[in-house]
Amino acid sequence: MSEAGQKLIKASEMDPKFKYEISKMHGGEKLMRCFQCGTCTSDCPVARFSDTYRPRQIIRMAQLGLRERVLNSDTLWLCAACFTCTDRCPQDVEVASVIRVLRNLAAEKGYVPQVFKEQASSILESGYAYKIPELRIKKRESLGLPPLPKGNVESIKKSLQGVGFLQFVEKQGEQKQ
Amino acid sequence: MSANKYLFFLGCAIPYRVSAYEISARKTLQKLGVELVEMPEFNCCGLPLDPVSHEMMLVLAARNLALAEQKGLNILTLCPGCAGTLKKVNKMLKEDEALREEVNKHLKESGLEFKGTIEAKHLLQMLVEDVGLEKIKSSVVKPLTMLKVAEHNGCHILRPKEFIGFDDPEDPKTLKTLIEATGATCLDYMDETECCGAPSVGVSDKVALELARDKLNHIKTVDAQAMITICPFCHIMYDTNELRIEKTFNETYGIPILHYPQLLGLAMGIPCEELAFNDLRVDASKILKQVMEGEK
Repeated sequence: MSEAGQKLIKASEMDPKFKYEISKMHGGEKLMRCFQCGTCTSDCPVARFSDTYRPRQIIRMAQLGLRERVLNSDTLWLCAACFTCTDRCPQDVEVASVIRVLRNLAAEKGYVPQVFKEQASSILESGYAYKIPELRIKKRESLGLPPLPKGNVESIKKSLQGVGFLQFVEKQGEQKQ
Repeated sequence: MSANKYLFFLGCAIPYRVSAYEISARKTLQKLGVELVEMPEFNCCGLPLDPVSHEMMLVLAARNLALAEQKGLNILTLCPGCAGTLKKVNKMLKEDEALREEVNKHLKESGLEFKGTIEAKHLLQMLVEDVGLEKIKSSVVKPLTMLKVAEHNGCHILRPKEFIGFDDPEDPKTLKTLIEATGATCLDYMDETECCGAPSVGVSDKVALELARDKLNHIKTVDAQAMITICPFCHIMYDTNELRIEKTFNETYGIPILHYPQLLGLAMGIPCEELAFNDLRVDASKILKQVMEGEK
């Protein structure tokens, strides 16, 4: 029994509007096509080794409108985005994209695993998702490699200021302090 | 647009910790007459942040596409994650006018505009489509007929099919064909298209390591002398973590993980010292010795 399946579902938990909200988002359009055949879960490499991650279950929770349950679930972050489910779904549901939509909604609520916060800050500081050590950058010359292209941080910030990205990272920064 | 000149998009993972892939790719591409132009400026393709903000990913990817358009060059990447993202966003923005307008509103703030005039390709696709198999075969001076290896495509070079669409995700052939072009034998094994587990690192290391172990077991079963990868993340998962997997699960592999350009470089007669084999965590000296002896 998975983490999310341990509690009985109450009718009061179900938000009938949730599915429409997801269906309006890019990648979530085909959520309602899912007829729960389970191809996604049976082909999922993560589900093979995880006791809790079941993509079919996540899709069903989303269809039923179990907003809080699905957005607060740790298992949501286990998807490896290999897209096997998306390619094999007989109903053409973009399963991995629906899960990404749910993650985006969870992130809006402030639920974001640490690794994403670090990558977001790093991109704003250097353009790169990882903090590349100075030593490695300098070593490139001795390895016969050209200098590493630099990130145009000001330009990146300007492009992103309208997408709530800056606010997101800044908010994370404040929480850290 | 010149067929053999590209804007080289390095991505983040390769300069961070997978230099051997870059070094060997630059060497082999130079020999094949492919010209690489460095990015004028860089930002992450956007993929790592797609889970937290799809819009953020779109803008980051579109910035790179717009920069390439200014240069009038197609993008070449070594990382399937970058290639997949840039290809996907390129297609989406070319086909969806409303989305293009929305993204361009953000780009305008920094003086950029997406017009949809270039293409993005991964090394693998570029090698088969632009360089061509015949040219690659004719560049081979030391056929690696002594080697039996296993390929690992990884996910983002193949899926989702709708956006990648140059090989069959259920039965991929491109990497096999390119490996066989070097003279090496490419072995079939169980679950060849399975994910390496890298994206789960940090979220569930247990799942990630078990996935990688599963693949190494399948490759060991068919007695592969090496695994050939084309993705920096897959390479980190198998090469950097091989020892950790051996210790965690009490297994023994000792299977070297080579970047495809390292294999091709050997076949082209590039000295192994120039192909950064000493950068690999898992010792490859056994197969290098075999290649040397095979030359005699």
